[in-house]
Amino acid sequence: MDWMYWTPPTALFFVAIAMILAGMTVWEVVSPTGMRRGFLPLQTTRGDRLFIGLLTSAWFHLAWLGLSDFHPAYMTVACIGWLIVVLRWG
Amino acid sequence: MDRTQNNYAWLFVLPVLVLVAFSAIIPLMTVVNYSVQDVLDANTRFFVGDEWYREILRDPQLHAALGRQLVFSFSVLAVQIPLGIAIALCMPTRGIWVAVTLVLVALPLLVPWNVVGTIWQLFARSDIGLLGVTLNGLGIEYNYTRGRWAAWLTVLAMDVWHWTSLVVLLCYSGLRAIPDAYYQAARIDGASRWAVFRHVQLPRLTGVLTIAVLLRFMDSFMIYAEPFVLTGGGPGSTTTFLSQFLTTMAVAQFDIGRAAAFSLIYFLIILAISWVFYTVITRSTKI
Amino acid sequence: MQKTKTTVMIVYILFLMIPIYWLINMSLQPNRDIIGSFTLYPQNLTFDNYRRIFTESGWAAGYLNSLTYVTMNTVISILAALPAAYAFSRYRFIGDKHLFFWLLTNRMAPPAVFLLPFFNLYQSVGLFDTHIAVALAHCLFSIPLAVWILEGFMSGVPKEIDETAYADGYSFPRFFIFIFIPLIRSGIGVAVFFCFMFSWVELLLARTLTSVDARPISVVMTRSISATGVDWGMLAAAGVLTLIPGALVIYFVRNHLARGFALGRV
Repeated sequence: MDWMYWTPPTALFFVAIAMILAGMTVWEVVSPTGMRRGFLPLQTTRGDRLFIGLLTSAWFHLAWLGLSDFHPAYMTVACIGWLIVVLRWG
Repeated sequence: MDRTQNNYAWLFVLPVLVLVAFSAIIPLMTVVNYSVQDVLDANTRFFVGDEWYREILRDPQLHAALGRQLVFSFSVLAVQIPLGIAIALCMPTRGIWVAVTLVLVALPLLVPWNVVGTIWQLFARSDIGLLGVTLNGLGIEYNYTRGRWAAWLTVLAMDVWHWTSLVVLLCYSGLRAIPDAYYQAARIDGASRWAVFRHVQLPRLTGVLTIAVLLRFMDSFMIYAEPFVLTGGGPGSTTTFLSQFLTTMAVAQFDIGRAAAFSLIYFLIILAISWVFYTVITRSTKI
Repeated sequence: MQKTKTTVMIVYILFLMIPIYWLINMSLQPNRDIIGSFTLYPQNLTFDNYRRIFTESGWAAGYLNSLTYVTMNTVISILAALPAAYAFSRYRFIGDKHLFFWLLTNRMAPPAVFLLPFFNLYQSVGLFDTHIAVALAHCLFSIPLAVWILEGFMSGVPKEIDETAYADGYSFPRFFIFIFIPLIRSGIGVAVFFCFMFSWVELLLARTLTSVDARPISVVMTRSISATGVDWGMLAAAGVLTLIPGALVIYFVRNHLARGFALGRV
């Protein structure tokens, strides 16, 4: 595993992603989702909304890094909020 | 078709999952790890955080390469998808010519990618190539190693030569799957040729077109071997597309951290555009 | 109408064939003629270019290596994709749509940087410079394609066939192998063609994961070219030689292709 050049922040990142996926799977088994329409312009299931949330979060981070000089952690906090909003009302 | 809910179906998917995950997830994780570090050699590396990302996102050369890449990929789609559909409509549907045309049409797809570059180099050179000599003989000044437009158009023509057949084969199979009853119904209604295409054939092609658009977009966005052999990215940087920029960074300058950050951004661009294509095309047919 | 169609077809096929004709033409000329005089057909027909390639070592081995890993890749992909495609065509399960899109995303990773971890990964599991390493790496894009193609064909088979077979007391494996697979064999032919195609033409991964024992033909070709400088005749001959296996494969599967394409959506 040494050649993978692990660092604590990236390890944390992947653990977080894995836990989100595991959590979503459990949630899905406990209470299955259906298609529904929120503020996003298309019908989505819970899994779709998670994907949209994560992908847009990645893009928000890139925009943050490209356009501002602030630390990315501010954006990460904002994106967690965004993820919750998309999952709940998207 | 009605599909039954059955989560044990995961067991059927497991072999695929294991095989693909092995080659997909471990390298992806490694690239993410590279992207936050400055790797000097196997034993010396420093954590640099978001440094590489900031640098790349503000690199004007890279913006230019991205612009060229987008223009090229959308030109590829704009030429190949309509052309592919048109040719699929012209393919013979029965008789001995079906097999013959299929063989001839499929041939460019089976040429190794660097050989495609070689073929076009030999074909288009202005001193020894048939195309180059003919065009110059007709009084059109053409030299793809010097003219910007000539170089760009030659790379586009090469991609059309190489890949249109994929669109043709996919659409052909989609067309063959349309039951005759649909055509008969259209004939009874007295539909014009265009109406048949628009309301009978095109809707039934969306499935194959999704995959054709996605495959062509992804592959043209990562085009590397063919222009590298043909033009080496020149003249100037007219045909330096993203992947060549990336390869120079990773291999020639061995700037692995920066190249990794770049390829993740690259991956996010492809992922976002492909997702939009995928969603738009599959959802628009469902209703 | 029919006439226009035929004309379009002929023009398109000419467009595809002329560059290939030019390649063959050059491979049959001595270099002196290629540079000295412009001719539409070889005036001094010679097979010297081919003779020189075949006397150099590595070519036969290169061919064999490429064919070995391409065959392995095709077999692995089809065997793994068959049950998965069946699952996608018959059942709904948690995350099925997302899984399908994820499979597709694996074609999207730009190779240049991913080559280094690939190299390290296969080195660390002791598979570097073996045929199976290239075959497994190519599964990354051949399996998703095979799953997608087979799923299309399987969805065309009515579900009543499954139910009747179970009612007649068939077990699942027996039904799958003796009834279901024969029904979609043209689909398998089409999937084989696409797996072969993408594995045969791929160069970067194959080159990274091999050094001596499993070196593919296209690498052998680039090496012998760069060793001799720009030698147009030999370059052309080497190009022609890499076209032959592909042409043979299409020739052998042509009827399956025609039938497969007629049967259902790819």
